[in-house]
Amino acid sequence: MNRLLKLPLLALSAALAAQAVPAAAQDFIILNAKLAIGDGSEPIDNGMVEVRDGKIVAAGPMPSGAPFETGTVYDAKGAWVTPGIFAAITDLGLVDVGGVDESNDTRAGKSPFNIALDVSTAINPAAQDIGVSRAGGVTRASVSPLPGNSIFAGQGAIIDLGADPDAVTMPRAFQMVILGEGGARLAGGSRVAANVALRNALREASEFASGTWESEAALLTRADVAALVPVIRGEQKLYIYVERAADIRAVLAMRSEFPKLVMVLVGASEGWMVADALAAANVPVIAEALDDLPAKFEQLAATQSNVGRMVAAGVRVAIGGMTGTEQPRNAVQYAGNLVALSKVPRASGLSWGQALASITSVPASISGLGGKLGSLTPGAAGDVVIWDGDPLELSSAPLLVFIDGVEQPVDNHQTRLRERYRDLDESDLPKAYD
Amino acid sequence: MRYRALAVLGGALALAACSTTGGSRPAKSAKASDASGEAPYASTYRAYPGAPTALVGATVYDGAGGRIDKGTVLFAGGKVVAVGGPDLPVPSGYTKIDGRGKFVTPGVIDIHSHLGDYPTPSVEAHSDGNEATSPTTPEVWAEHSVWPQDPGFSRALANGGVTSLQILPGSANLMGGRTVTLKNVASRTVQGMKFPGAPYGMKMACGENPKRVYGGKGRAPSTRMGNFAVNRQTWIDAKEYAAKGSSADREKRDLAKDTLAGVLDGDILIHNHCYRADEMALVMDMAKEFGYKVSAFHHAVESYKIGDLLKENGVCSAIWADWYGFKMESYDGIPENAALLQQAGACVVIHSDDENGIQRLNQEAAKAQAAGRRMGVEISDAEVVSWITLNPAKAMGIDAMTGSLAEGKMADVVLWNGNPLSVYSRPEKVWIDGALMYDSGDPKRRPVSDFELGQPGEGDVK
Repeated sequence: MNRLLKLPLLALSAALAAQAVPAAAQDFIILNAKLAIGDGSEPIDNGMVEVRDGKIVAAGPMPSGAPFETGTVYDAKGAWVTPGIFAAITDLGLVDVGGVDESNDTRAGKSPFNIALDVSTAINPAAQDIGVSRAGGVTRASVSPLPGNSIFAGQGAIIDLGADPDAVTMPRAFQMVILGEGGARLAGGSRVAANVALRNALREASEFASGTWESEAALLTRADVAALVPVIRGEQKLYIYVERAADIRAVLAMRSEFPKLVMVLVGASEGWMVADALAAANVPVIAEALDDLPAKFEQLAATQSNVGRMVAAGVRVAIGGMTGTEQPRNAVQYAGNLVALSKVPRASGLSWGQALASITSVPASISGLGGKLGSLTPGAAGDVVIWDGDPLELSSAPLLVFIDGVEQPVDNHQTRLRERYRDLDESDLPKAYD
Repeated sequence: MRYRALAVLGGALALAACSTTGGSRPAKSAKASDASGEAPYASTYRAYPGAPTALVGATVYDGAGGRIDKGTVLFAGGKVVAVGGPDLPVPSGYTKIDGRGKFVTPGVIDIHSHLGDYPTPSVEAHSDGNEATSPTTPEVWAEHSVWPQDPGFSRALANGGVTSLQILPGSANLMGGRTVTLKNVASRTVQGMKFPGAPYGMKMACGENPKRVYGGKGRAPSTRMGNFAVNRQTWIDAKEYAAKGSSADREKRDLAKDTLAGVLDGDILIHNHCYRADEMALVMDMAKEFGYKVSAFHHAVESYKIGDLLKENGVCSAIWADWYGFKMESYDGIPENAALLQQAGACVVIHSDDENGIQRLNQEAAKAQAAGRRMGVEISDAEVVSWITLNPAKAMGIDAMTGSLAEGKMADVVLWNGNPLSVYSRPEKVWIDGALMYDSGDPKRRPVSDFELGQPGEGDVK
C-alpha cells in the first residue's frame, strides 16, 4: 500500500516490502524521528522505532547499516514520535453527553451496589469522546466511575482507544474510594463518618476473605464485600481521592493498619506539602496539572507547582483528571504547561522529558502496566504517535496514530462537521446533502 | 454537566458558569438608564502610580492585528505614548526594559467570567451568580454579587495576563441581569474595580438552561418556544416603558425595565448565551423585532454553521477553543469554530466562563488557530491575539479605551517571556493603566486575597 497517501503532511518516502501488510497489526519501522521514548528522557534526533506483531521491538538512535526486515518503513523526516498518550482518570466510553443522564454511565446513585460496580462492563468503544481523543494522540486511558451513594465509587478499568470492538486492556484495575470533603458528604456528613465507613468495609472484606463474614450484621452487600477482597489482599489497587495535606497524612498512616493495600492517591492538590512523606511511602499520585485555586477548603494550598515539587521530592506523579471539559486530548497541553513553569521564577515545573512521562509511562506504571504501555521500550504495546510538531506544543497534532501496531482512523463527528461546514455554499442542495 | 475533572470525584458541583446554568453579556455606557441621571455604585477605580516605561526589542502584537518585530512600546501617565519599531526613540526619563526574545501584547480581556459572583472557594454560600427565582431578572446587577476577594482574580492576572474582564450573571434565566466590567486590579470594593466609563451589559440565555430551571419548577418556560414567548412579552412590556422617553419621564421607576429600556436605547449591550446556530438565528430576528442589537453570542459552539449570518448582523461569537459534548446543545462544538468564523469575516472572541480557563486564554486562542491551520485556514499570530484583546473590547464597548496598543489608550500591557501562543510562555510583567501590577520576578508584586492570608500557600507562585 502506498504510505504516501497516508502521510501527506510528512511527505514520507515509503519503502514498500515484498510481503503483504497484515490486516491487523502491521510490522513497521519509523526512521529519522525526533524520538521521545516516554520514560522521562529527553528527545533525541535521528531516532527509530520498530514495531512487530503489535509490539515495540526496538526504539532508539538509528542503527547504521543493517537492513530492515519489516513490511513498511516511514521516513519521519525529523517529525516527532512518541508513545501514545495515556490519559489517567477519564470517563471515556461511559458518556455520550455529560449532561444527558440517559447517555451517562459514570455514576449510579440509586444502585444498591457500589464497590462491585465495574465500568469495564459498560465501555462503548464507539463513543465520540474515544474517537476525538484518539485523533488527539490518546491511545490508552484509565476509566473511573464516579461515586453514587457511597465513598466507594467502584472499579475502574484500563482501556485502549482503538477503533475496534475490544476496548478493555485491564478490567477491574482499581477500586476508587472518595475521602476528604466529598467522602464526608457521601459517608453521611463528616470525615469522621468516612473514616469509619472505610475501615468497616475493609474489616468486612477481611472477614469475608477468611469466611467469618456475617451477612446479617454486615453493612455491605455480598457483591460489594466480595469485590473488596482483592483490595485488602493487595491484588487490586486502591485509588484514594484526597486533596488536603492532613487527609493525605491520615491515608498514609492507614498503611500500618492495612499493610497490604496498594494505594494510589488521586487529586492531592496539597501533596507538595507532604511530598517527602509520599516519596518515603512510595505512594504514587495522579494529580491535576494546573489546579491553583482554593476551590474547596481542602485545596487551600493548591498551586501549579504541586506536580513539580512532588516529582522533585521523588514522588511518582501522573497528570490526570480528564473528564468533562478537561479533555484527554488536552493532556499534552497540561504537560506542556508544567514545562513552562520551569521558566517562571520560584515555580517548580518539569523537564520536557518528565512532562511527557507524566502522560505516558508514569500513568502506565501507576496502573500496574509499566513496561507494557506508555513507553517505546521493547516489549511494550505498539502505541505510537507521529506528530506534526512538538507534541506538547499548542500548535501540534498527530499525523498518525497506532494502537497495538494498528494504524487508527482519526475521523469522527467533529471532523465530519468540519468538512460539511468548510464552506456555507448551499446553492445546489442543503448542507444536509454534503 | 460541566464539571472540573478530578474534583468531580469529590462531588464538586458545577455551581458556576453559564455552561451549566445559563448566560448572557454586557452593556455600553455607565450612565445607562438610571432614573437619577447619576450612575449609582459609580466606579472609584483609580490607576496606581507607574513610571514612564519603554519596552524595547520585543515582538509586539498590538491587538489590532499588527505585528512589530524588535518593537518599542512607550507608556507614561497611564497611557500608551507610542508604539513603533527599533527606530522609535526612547525619551529621557523612561525606564527601559529589555524585551529581546520576549513578546508584548495588550492586556488580555475576558468577555465572560464569573470571578466574584461564583468565587472560590466554590461553596454554596458563594453561589451568587444566578437569581434563579424568575426567568427574567433584568433588575439584578452582577456587581452586587461580586466578591472582590475572590482569589481567582490574582490567578487570571499572574498566569493569564488578564487586565479587564466582564462579570456576568449566570444563565439560569432568559434575562439574567446586568453585567459589570472590571479592571483586574485588587480593591476592597467592587466599585474600586469597576472599569471607568465601560457600558453595562445585559445577560440573556437561550436554550437548555432556562427551560430546564423553570420547567423543573413547573412554570414557564419549559420549552424553547416558551423561552421565546417569555422573552417577547417581556420586550413588548419594556418597549411601552421605554416609549415614555427619558428616564426622568418614566414616573414609576421599574428596575427591570430600566435595564431593558437601556438596551432598547442602545446604552446597554446584549450578551447572549446561545449554543446552537438555529437558535442564534432566531435570536437575531427577535432583536430585529424589538429594535435592539446583540453584541455577542457567548458559548456559541455552532457559530461556524452561520458565519455568514453573524457577519451580516455584526454579532461577535465568544467561544471556547474546543469545548464540546458536556451538554446536548454543545454536542456539535468543533475546534475549527474560530477559524471558520474568521474565514467568514465574522468577529471572533475567545472567552473562558471558567476560573481556570481565564488563566490560559492565550493558549486557547493558539489551539483554535492551529485547528484552522490544519484545515487550510491560515490566521496570523497577530490576528489571533486580537481574539483575546481588541475583539472582546469591541464587544464590551471599551475598545476606545483599551484592547490595543495605540497612542492614548490605557497602558494595559503584558510582557510575555515567550510567544504568548506557545504553551511554554507565561506573563513576566503585567501593567494596568501603566502601573506594574504583576512581576514574576518580584514575590511582592502580586496580589494576595484577604482570604488567603495566614492560609497554607499564602503568597505562593500559584
